Amino acid sequence: MQKTWWKILGAILVIYSSIAGLLLGVPHLDILNETIRNLYFHVPMWFAMVVLFTISVVYSIASLSSKNEMYDKRAVESANVGIIFGILGLITGAFWAKYTWGSFWSFDPKQNFAAIAILLYFAYLVLRNAIDEEQKRAKISAIYNIFAFPMMVVLLFVLPRLEASLHPGNGGNPGFNSYDLDSRMRMVFYPACLGWIIIGFWIYTIRFRIRTLEDKQL
Amino acid sequence: MIKKIALTLMMLMLTLNMFAQNNDVEMADALRSNGKIYVVVGCIVIILVGLLVYLFTLDKRLKMLEKKSNDKN
Repeated sequence: MQKTWWKILGAILVIYSSIAGLLLGVPHLDILNETIRNLYFHVPMWFAMVVLFTISVVYSIASLSSKNEMYDKRAVESANVGIIFGILGLITGAFWAKYTWGSFWSFDPKQNFAAIAILLYFAYLVLRNAIDEEQKRAKISAIYNIFAFPMMVVLLFVLPRLEASLHPGNGGNPGFNSYDLDSRMRMVFYPACLGWIIIGFWIYTIRFRIRTLEDKQL
Repeated sequence: MIKKIALTLMMLMLTLNMFAQNNDVEMADALRSNGKIYVVVGCIVIILVGLLVYLFTLDKRLKMLEKKSNDKN
């Protein structure tokens, strides 16, 4: 954990994807126009969020099976950072939607369910704060997290596909694969996702270290 | 002669057409200009501002920690 090479890798990937994402060629599509470049910024937010929530649920399971409070702290801190990335994904998505779908919030299934998924994790934090006793809090919130995670996956990746939706990849719409079929976009999109996932993980480790120090001093 | 008049009339119509286009209704579409590239710029700014604000809150937490550990020593 003390090694810094992966942090530098994340920084380089994000910088590369920002520069290449704005300068390299993209398919010329109606309505989307240049906003197709948002694929390199809006979508990685969700990738980072899902990865952080996965880390969170893995540590929740670990904390249930081993009763180690370290795992509980890791679970809550990664969920915390995941929520930040989810909120950023929601805001950038709404902003993008304003200039392609016509309004910030068109009550599209994808938007609604994504917002509900974030609310699920808000409930996780609220639940934690409502319980004072530490072991009880660790246990109950870990169980809640284990149920919230598959619910989040269903809300984001299953339910929107069953309804008519403007969002790519849903309701009969083709996924973004049909846009970035050319290798030009893949060359930026995958590094962007990896880079933002690493940045998210980095922020999570910082939060975890601060939390550990705080608890030591109390 | 008739040809000349017809030509001037045609020219006039053409220019009238251009005048009409100059009177386009102005809409708030600055963000839609240049292939909507400013929407991308806006999204990048949202992400950067969001993460930077988050960084400042983390910094604040760390400052409190530093203060506490200084008091102890």
